[in-house]
Amino acid sequence: MTHLEKLEALSVHILREAYREFKSLVMLWSIGKDSTVLLWLTRKAFLGHVPFPLLHIDTGYKIPEMIEYRDKFAKAWHLNMLVGENSSALGSHQTFPDGKLNRIECCKALKSEALKHTLSGEWPRKRFDHNLGDYIIDQNVEAFTGVIVGVRADEEGSRSKERYFSPRDKQNDWDIGDQPPELWHQFKTDFAPGTHIRVHPLLDWTELDIWEYIAKENIPIIPLYFNRGDGKRYRSLGCYPCTKPVDSTATDIRGIVEELKTGKFVNIAERAGRDQDKEDGGGLETLRREGYM
Amino acid sequence: MKDSNLQHQMNVVVVGHVDHGKSTIIGRLLADTHSIPDGKLEQVKATCTRNAKPFEYAFLLDALKDEQAQGITIDTARSFFKTEKRRYIIIDAPGHIEFLKNMITGASRADAAFIVIDAKEGIQENSRRHGYIMSMLGINQVAVIVNKMDLVGYNEQKFNEIAREYSEFLGRLNLRPVSFIPISAINGVNIGARSTDIAWHKGPTVLEQFDAFELKDSRTSLPFRLPVQDIYKFTEAGDDRRIFAGTISSGTAKVGDEIVFLPSGKTSSIKSIESFNTTEKKKASTGEATGFTLTKQVYVKQGELMVKASDPMPLVGARFRANIFWMGKAPLIREKRYTIKLNATRSSLKLVNIINVIDASDLSSEKNKQQVDRHDVAECILETLRPVAFDLVKDIKFTGRFVIIDNYEIAGAGIILEKVADQDSTLHDYVRDREFSWESGTISPAERAAIYGHGAKFVVFTGDETTTKDIIATELEKQLIHSSFKTYYLRMSNVIRGLDSDIKYGPEEREEHIRRLGELARILTDSGQIFITSVTNVDDYDIKTLQLLNSPHEILVVNIGENKFNSLVPDLNLEAGAKAGAAVEAVFSLLRQKKVLLDFQI
Ligand SMILES: Nc1nc2c(ncn2[C@@H]2O[C@H](COP(=O)(O)OP(=O)(O)O)[C@@H](O)[C@H]2O)c(=O)[nH]1
Repeated sequence: MTHLEKLEALSVHILREAYREFKSLVMLWSIGKDSTVLLWLTRKAFLGHVPFPLLHIDTGYKIPEMIEYRDKFAKAWHLNMLVGENSSALGSHQTFPDGKLNRIECCKALKSEALKHTLSGEWPRKRFDHNLGDYIIDQNVEAFTGVIVGVRADEEGSRSKERYFSPRDKQNDWDIGDQPPELWHQFKTDFAPGTHIRVHPLLDWTELDIWEYIAKENIPIIPLYFNRGDGKRYRSLGCYPCTKPVDSTATDIRGIVEELKTGKFVNIAERAGRDQDKEDGGGLETLRREGYM
Repeated sequence: MKDSNLQHQMNVVVVGHVDHGKSTIIGRLLADTHSIPDGKLEQVKATCTRNAKPFEYAFLLDALKDEQAQGITIDTARSFFKTEKRRYIIIDAPGHIEFLKNMITGASRADAAFIVIDAKEGIQENSRRHGYIMSMLGINQVAVIVNKMDLVGYNEQKFNEIAREYSEFLGRLNLRPVSFIPISAINGVNIGARSTDIAWHKGPTVLEQFDAFELKDSRTSLPFRLPVQDIYKFTEAGDDRRIFAGTISSGTAKVGDEIVFLPSGKTSSIKSIESFNTTEKKKASTGEATGFTLTKQVYVKQGELMVKASDPMPLVGARFRANIFWMGKAPLIREKRYTIKLNATRSSLKLVNIINVIDASDLSSEKNKQQVDRHDVAECILETLRPVAFDLVKDIKFTGRFVIIDNYEIAGAGIILEKVADQDSTLHDYVRDREFSWESGTISPAERAAIYGHGAKFVVFTGDETTTKDIIATELEKQLIHSSFKTYYLRMSNVIRGLDSDIKYGPEEREEHIRRLGELARILTDSGQIFITSVTNVDDYDIKTLQLLNSPHEILVVNIGENKFNSLVPDLNLEAGAKAGAAVEAVFSLLRQKKVLLDFQI
């Protein structure tokens, strides 16, 4: 087996394990390349099907093409698509673009808080109704106890410490010092009531693996990742006030792979275009503990 | 692709006693192979200067605040680098005993291992313990690094002493290290480059050893084993395929192969190999996470082991001898029920006997220990509640190892050494003891039957259709009572909310529900009644358990709908959707046949 085949097999195994063990399961889909690969792997695992809902946290500041793309594939692939948001912060203009919060606080409000309360079912979830072709408020307010997330160990320090199956306690806290052992394809799938689990099928993938896999499988990735004539492309997607495109000539996947392997990005971290990472050294770690992916 | 050789990747773990230099070695290796982002090294150096502490390569790896505060690696950290030959993931496993489960997590993912020993301090307890764990995890490519040679003046003698002593230790574990490498991580000696300081060393440098490890997979030539992870049927999505999904742990299978599921023993053959977004597949091999459809539909539960009829069979049994490594906070004891996860199956597990407890740090053993404590390695006899399929670790290691769950945590890991002959199970022993001391009144069962006018019986309805089962059972109770028979129909929901309200409802708890039901049946049948209940989808072992617990009284099994038992033959089979009237009549005639109801009374 090649390196990519091995990665794929382990991810599929983990997804199947999660599906078997957790009844109340959801997968986060940020529309970015990693979680889109994760979605693709889910279709691999379940032979074309996606047997659990996908959740997108809409901050209201996502690049508009991301939302179009999301809904296009929700329809095409018959996804059980859920959307959550922090409507009170957005409604009262308590955000960074409104000048009320700094970047970290804004992420916390629009992502962490929104995620936490949408997962728990306390805040309304919108569900895509395939008959109506539009979103309606979901009647199901049951808490999700298993959350599948597309984080990778190579992204930055704190993510390199994760498990494939990582427990979070009632407060969604993550005890990095005391994590369960994982060995021989056996993961922690037993939980005391009230605990949650984060499942990380992409932990072993690198940014380059992701792109090589997208190329190999011909996954329809959102075109924001490509230079479409203006000499710029997004390397990582987020909210438009805080995510800047990078200079690049890569117009297709092959170009990106080439750029990552030999070009100018070889030694520059992927999230370098994300401004919130720069505000404090441990900012991401803090957000992470609070549940932001 | 231009660099197709880089499609291969190897996971290598670095272990060793705390402070023997793992992080320094890895940091140095990353720096020497230019594998760290531009400016990172300078940044870390600048931070050190600012905080007035000497620069350490280990800091490069310390990505976390927590970790830096504590000054020790608390979890496995992964670093990436590549050579001309292939890509590597280095797993930095913490040496501190407190973090042993992290070390095991890291090491279990490795294809090869480096064990680091400090030349000055020499072999420490954890150097040995880690060697033991490598052998248990099944990592057979191990290289030993003797670090801090600068502190012993690059003395060859000193190096040879350590190499000799440690080889001898590993030899007792049947582990032959591929090389011993003297280095000084701090001075960068023998990591990427050689140095005149150790001109006497003719073996590989650390970097050369990386490329010298072999990345071969011998698993494809082994017998075919597929732990059935799940069985899918996405009918609502308009998909009628019934797919047996799982990751092939060894061997190869192709379309047309005859297959057997164990422990049920059911057979079929492979109709197709299912996949998404690939060309049609005729064959699937080791490591693939795949799916099969079968020509003949068989009822099999998830967790069974799918094997090829032409291959050597795995073993099936409930008792085995194993080496286990205990990580749990609470000790492993005999009085408690645990859960075993073996391949794709889980079962309730009991410790039958401790043969001996081994101190992994010096291999000395202690024979009379009554429990297995945290960080102990023990040889013991374990018993699963129902038979499971497995291989011996010496034959096929992938299907011969398991983990033990205690209180929701993976508390132990083990490898199976031998199947233990089918003696009486612990349940048999228990029932024998219970019956031995059972105190009866002066009324014998025969006398009771004579007075009541009928014998006692435990009638179990099963099948997947809950509604018909309940209707039939209710009707049976009514008609028996109306014919003056002492009868009671107990609905399982009443037990769950009452007698069983202290236990959850899940796969392992199910066994406890069954046990209590069996005990209850023993009492009610002893009172001379016809005790009726209905339980959804019981299997052979559930019935055997109920039968055993209800003894000396007898059980009658009525199956409704498809018969899913492996070998057990129900006393009565009724069609799905059978009418209550006819069904009750059939049960009546069976009871008559079994002499529970005597003819003249009806
Ligand atoms: N003299 C000397 N000291 C070393 C060498 N390698 C590591 N050290 C020191 O040993 C200490 C522990 O090293 P570290 O890499 O953190 O050990 P770990 O706990 O195994 O990761 C640090 O202070 C290092 O500077 C070496 O080759 N020579």
